[in-house]
Amino acid sequence: MKTGLAAAAALISLAAMAGARADTAQDMGAGAMNRNAPYNFQGGEAVFKNICQGCHMANAEGAVGAGMYPALAKNAKLEVAGYPVAVIVHGQKAMPPFGGLLSDQQIADVVNYVRTHFGNSYRDKVTAADVKAQR
Amino acid sequence: MSETDNPAVSRRSLLKMIGTLAGSTAMYNAMTEMGFAQESGYAGPPKFSAPPPGTSVLILGAGIAGCTAAIELRDAGYKVTVLEYNNRSGGRNWSLYGGDTYTELGGATQHVQFDPGQYINPGPWRLPHHHYGILHYANRLSVGLEPFQQVNYNAYVHNTNAYGGKPKRYREVQADFHGHVAELLAKATHQNALDQAVTKEDREILLEALRAWGALDANMQYVKGRQTSNRRGPVVDDGGGLNSLPTYSEPDTLTTVLNSYTWRAIGWGHDYEYQTSIFQPKGGMGQIGLAFGRELAPLIKYNCKVIDIHQDDKSVTATYIDSRSGGAPQKVTADWCVCTIPASVLSQIPMNVSAKKKAAINVIPYGAGLKIGLQMKRRFWEEDERIYGGLTYTNQPNAMIGYPMWDYFSKGKGVLLGAYVMGAGAFLFASKPPEQRIADALEYGEKVHPGKYKANYECGVAVAWHRVPWTLGCSGQWSEENRAAHYDDLCALDGRIVLAGEHASRLPAWQEGAVTSATDAITRLHQRVISA
Repeated sequence: MKTGLAAAAALISLAAMAGARADTAQDMGAGAMNRNAPYNFQGGEAVFKNICQGCHMANAEGAVGAGMYPALAKNAKLEVAGYPVAVIVHGQKAMPPFGGLLSDQQIADVVNYVRTHFGNSYRDKVTAADVKAQR
Repeated sequence: MSETDNPAVSRRSLLKMIGTLAGSTAMYNAMTEMGFAQESGYAGPPKFSAPPPGTSVLILGAGIAGCTAAIELRDAGYKVTVLEYNNRSGGRNWSLYGGDTYTELGGATQHVQFDPGQYINPGPWRLPHHHYGILHYANRLSVGLEPFQQVNYNAYVHNTNAYGGKPKRYREVQADFHGHVAELLAKATHQNALDQAVTKEDREILLEALRAWGALDANMQYVKGRQTSNRRGPVVDDGGGLNSLPTYSEPDTLTTVLNSYTWRAIGWGHDYEYQTSIFQPKGGMGQIGLAFGRELAPLIKYNCKVIDIHQDDKSVTATYIDSRSGGAPQKVTADWCVCTIPASVLSQIPMNVSAKKKAAINVIPYGAGLKIGLQMKRRFWEEDERIYGGLTYTNQPNAMIGYPMWDYFSKGKGVLLGAYVMGAGAFLFASKPPEQRIADALEYGEKVHPGKYKANYECGVAVAWHRVPWTLGCSGQWSEENRAAHYDDLCALDGRIVLAGEHASRLPAWQEGAVTSATDAITRLHQRVISA
């Protein structure tokens, strides 16, 4: 497991997702008074339903337009838990990084949730410490 | 005696204090790249010599960047073809009107039911006076412009945790904040606390300036009276004839103002992008995109989903399918290609460009954004509350209420911007179905305009940009590190392909970024063509 995490982390860091945070708004005036969106969701399901399904959809089925959002349902790429952890922390391509918005525990929880729902049944769990190691 | 030993306020700390208080928004802005003053580099439309006869350019995307490239290259004598995913021109330059249908990713379809003359701009809504490029094309295409009000002193600043949850007029918040800061600085000046920072000669000038700026009285105090009511407004206005004395209003205390955090809403109108004058197209921002579409009508092929871009040493070929029905792939080939497809989508399309270019395309996350339009039966904000255009800021998740900036005093309906959220808060809205976004926005609005908001609501539309099928997000987001490492690679001409769009500009999310990016891209492309 550890090796898988490290390998995935190395792969992702090759993508060099330096810096940009998901909460970097373009028109800061829009958020003059409401700076802090409540990201205090407890548990993987709550994180998924409040954030992830915005793009990956309610049943994690993804969506297709001019471009696509990958389905997380029945997704073989989730086999190595370090992969979704790294993608969530650092972002990937157009997907913004959520490392600055979600806690280690929230990220671990949502990864564990997705990997055991939507037709995925990976039994090994990631911990907050695993997430922290990828930051 | 060193500066740090001196208990008096130094010049540096004085400036810091002013910066922290009066310009806290500027400090906050400095944390983001967007916050820096961004003057448009636009120096007018390009003047091209004639290319070799028959030289062709394929333009991918009929948004502002694509249309800018198309109109200039066509005028120069190029044979231009434009492929567009949507069934309309403009891209994110877009207004939604009654009768429009919008289907977001996930399949939720909204049928816009606004009355004639009503609209919402889901994307850009402002044209700053120094965005010369986009203003040039609005003028060239005869799109009428009218003022956009960034700052309305009679609109509100609202914090559910302050003033009993009642909104305050922007006018009162700003007057009280400036007034108290002026009084404090005057006090410090009188106590000779600024001796290190301000010379004796300057001190009198500073005091005079503080009195004028803060509306202080003869004793240099910010207190109830004519001066302060002249800023924050009286309870009862001056009138004519008998019984016409005004009733002055009582300023809030410094601690009340500070702890209300309403001061956060002050100062956006001071920033370069938001300074008066700002304009909006009459009838909606989308009028620019539609006008481009009419001008370029014979050149644009709609409903084309690009699935492959391939270049060799002679030409560029784009493969596309019908964006509605799929079907057999078709191809179009040209000598050169200007690709304005957002990086969010382009990163998923096979294209043979350099590894550096690919890395640049792959490094741009797309931000979250949300706007909601709400049609109201009557313009209660005007009729009852004397708010004519402008913005109300709230600490609630909808962040902002925008009032329609046209048809003032009309007796009819109006469409409010019921939410304008960027960043972290916008992800949360995208996760909800459109009807829930609207229901939530109505609850938030009800707190600002109690008894009127929900009672007057008729219909609405909610656009969460991560659900928009052709952008997968609001706009490209560059960190400073990524820009330093990848931006030049993104913009560079790669064989026969050059990219353009707001993502290939230093004015991200602004239409001016799209215009200046396209202008620069086609200028370099043309130089290559004529030097070949």
